[in-house]
Amino acid sequence: MANTTGKPAIEHSNPLAQTLLEKLDYDQLTNCMRCGFCLPACPTFRETGMEPASPRGRIAMMKAAVDGLMVPDQQFQDQMNLCLGCRACEPACPADVKYGQLIEQTREAIEEHATHSLPIKVVRKTVFKKVFPKRSKLKLLGGTLAFYQKSGLQKVAHSTGAMKLFPKHLAEIESIMPSASSKGVVDRLGTFYPGKGEAIAKVGMFRGCIMDVMFTDTNVNTVELLSAAGFDVYIPDGQVCCGALYAHSGEMNDARQLAAVNIDTFKQLGVDYVVSNAGGCGALLVEYDHLMQDDEKYRESAKWFASRVIDVSALIVEKGRVPKFAQKESSPQAEKIKVTYQDSCHLRNVMKGSSAPRTLMKQVANTDYIEMVESDRCCGSAGIYNIVQPEMAGSILEHKMEHANNTQASYMLTSNPGCLLQMKVGIEKHQPDQPMKAMHIVDFLHDRMIVSE
Amino acid sequence: MLNEAVARQLREIVGEKFFRTDQEALIAHSYDGTPMLQALPDGVIYPESTEQVSEIMKIASSNLIPIVTRGSGSNLCGGTTPLQGGIVMVMHRMNKIIEVDMENLTAIVQPGVITGQFIAHVEGLGLFYPPDPSSMKISTIGGNIAECSGGLRGLKYGTTKDYVLGLTAVLANGSVIRTGGKLTKDVAGYDLTKLLVGSEGTLAVITEAILKLIPQPKTKKTMVAMYKDIYGAARTVSKIIKNQIIPATLEILDNPTIRVVDDFAKIGLPLDMAAILIIEQDGEPEMVERDIEKIHLICREEQADRIEVAADREEAEKLLTARRSAFTALARLRPTTILEDATVPRSKIADMVLRTNAIAQKYNVNIATFGHAGDGNLHPTATTDARDREEVHRVEEAFAEIFEAAIELGGTITGEHGVGVVKAPYLEWKVGEAGVEVMKGIKTAFDPLNILNPSKIFAKETKKRVVVQHG
Repeated sequence: MANTTGKPAIEHSNPLAQTLLEKLDYDQLTNCMRCGFCLPACPTFRETGMEPASPRGRIAMMKAAVDGLMVPDQQFQDQMNLCLGCRACEPACPADVKYGQLIEQTREAIEEHATHSLPIKVVRKTVFKKVFPKRSKLKLLGGTLAFYQKSGLQKVAHSTGAMKLFPKHLAEIESIMPSASSKGVVDRLGTFYPGKGEAIAKVGMFRGCIMDVMFTDTNVNTVELLSAAGFDVYIPDGQVCCGALYAHSGEMNDARQLAAVNIDTFKQLGVDYVVSNAGGCGALLVEYDHLMQDDEKYRESAKWFASRVIDVSALIVEKGRVPKFAQKESSPQAEKIKVTYQDSCHLRNVMKGSSAPRTLMKQVANTDYIEMVESDRCCGSAGIYNIVQPEMAGSILEHKMEHANNTQASYMLTSNPGCLLQMKVGIEKHQPDQPMKAMHIVDFLHDRMIVSE
Repeated sequence: MLNEAVARQLREIVGEKFFRTDQEALIAHSYDGTPMLQALPDGVIYPESTEQVSEIMKIASSNLIPIVTRGSGSNLCGGTTPLQGGIVMVMHRMNKIIEVDMENLTAIVQPGVITGQFIAHVEGLGLFYPPDPSSMKISTIGGNIAECSGGLRGLKYGTTKDYVLGLTAVLANGSVIRTGGKLTKDVAGYDLTKLLVGSEGTLAVITEAILKLIPQPKTKKTMVAMYKDIYGAARTVSKIIKNQIIPATLEILDNPTIRVVDDFAKIGLPLDMAAILIIEQDGEPEMVERDIEKIHLICREEQADRIEVAADREEAEKLLTARRSAFTALARLRPTTILEDATVPRSKIADMVLRTNAIAQKYNVNIATFGHAGDGNLHPTATTDARDREEVHRVEEAFAEIFEAAIELGGTITGEHGVGVVKAPYLEWKVGEAGVEVMKGIKTAFDPLNILNPSKIFAKETKKRVVVQHG
């Protein structure tokens, strides 16, 4: 629960305003001193140039709603939903306002009073209540996707133009979907994979939902990379979705239930680290302590869990025996292969993990790491944002791809599945001047690992 | 309240999207960077040209609608809070760098250009625009001109007023004036350019500016000196100037700031120091080396307890951490941060810091002081909680006494933030009754209907002067 000191003593007749009053952390609202330092960091402010679409504007509106200065109408709700949740405003804030928490509390309040349109309702219900909580359903989804892709149905859909029946942005996303699989990382490697040489630490691998269905290879590669760097890797099968998609959409109770399962699962194993290869998941995992702070039963073990969460790149750089990497196809006289990187917002802004991926990329022999202009800015993927806010996501992506093009890189690397898909959409749609391939950094490194005899 | 006919006319000028009266637009333009100040406008307008601004002003004057011009709304004196309602005019759409003239070393910009981006742009061309307010990442050139913003380089390079050569501005009645030009010398009549710089949006709406650029200094060197005796630090500042060395940056942190910064940044600052000086010199390499050596010697003569000179930029960045974190560290202490800018002649820096510390103690409030020692511009910063009315009242009393002390030492109530509404009650203390009358006369000449940023600069009532208790 939010800290209640100094909340205004108002009884709102508007039910959403009352819920906002109850849920929002009024101390955090007061901590915003309106200096405006967050404005240049905010993608939606930059795209619109309008103060309401900035973190300072949104916080002012949250406070105005709580203070009874404005009614949280549909426009208020739309503005809160326009936020990408990239949290780039947080490192920019001198006063350390926890914007991420405020927007989540606001969305939770909105969700309690929401009347979604029927199609959105169906999507939300299918995704949140049926698919993500259950691994069997996820696998089924993966299997269905794989069947769609491999059976030739996808080709039929494309050649007959059936995809044109879908909204344009969904068709764009569909066209770059990786091959899905019903076999996850545990099916392929089992629940334990020993480290090479003397084990440095006992690592619990967080496999994720989307990662394990759509990017199973990346999960397998992550395990092998960690093993090569000297870690014993455990992949407990009892783990569930991290809950990020729920938390960001205001479904906090569901998020907490999932967190409890994950905390129990990894605590039982007694791991030294919980490693994530998806910034979006990692950012919520590392904040389980905040998520569970009002749960007496889980408060302590949530802290235990959160303190062990680390991104795969950071773990390898900071604690591992870093393997040697080299770009193989490049002959000594040939020009070096150019590589660039798009930050995962949550890895950068929440997990503070922007340096390790760069350290690793710079170590790959025969490659040149090119820093992309504004690599630290959101690509517009932001969870399911590119699906529900296609217009804003599209214009953010357009600017992103201009910068990508300027790097002249052959590889665009990322640390999060959402960003990876968005980069693939961007490359497909905006066609850089030179061929460019989007990859997860783990896959890129795994393919270039030099195995010592 | 705006009637429908006026709203329709305004929409015709700027287009549907760019005149807004909806709830979220009003809320999001009801504040600026000033603590504890909020007032709703009746509308928000986003013009994109001088012509549009002129049309808007014609409608505003025939309907007596207050116009508050705003860039990013980061100012700290309440200058852009629409206290009388009316329309907030946001200049963000006018954000073009129109030209950089390499032959005259000038630039022409629209007011909505972000200062930091402009600086980066001209640096890319090997040129230099020195005014660097701490807000430059977000504040606009137009806002900087309206407030005559300073920054860290004020001592050597001056402030915004020294870099504005000419302006295009729209008067309250909609007529357009052009002042100055790409000229170093121009005495054709009153200097309206200088008059408009720092006029806080009360005289005209600035829609274009001709700015002076200078060659970029070749190198830069950074050092830090720490003192157990604050007078040692102060004497160092005076002695550096007396030796005819003008450093690019000469910043001071007092003991309360050192404690807060170290607690925040954990950089191992010695907590028993009364003051830290952060010094930078730029220019030709030989000159920079020679100056830094001389300054080093002066610091030693004045019993600096510890002196560090950065070997390279990386080390320099480390030394600058303390200064850079000062505001952040203070802002995190308590919910409300009140940053003021009392300014004294640089020879009085130590007296002013000690007076401020004593005043803070007297009113039992937290005030830490850091700032630009070289030009006497200090930032006594109070950390409090807006919800605690009693404490906030004590903070206000303390600041009144700090302003009084600054004036007594030959200084001013504001060095670079502006008067706005926050310091309006103290303006007369600084400029006197006759001074206020002249200023009011100027205001009337420009804006007879009082529609441009009304209720700023001039207070309804001057605050009664407190009698400062010594000892």
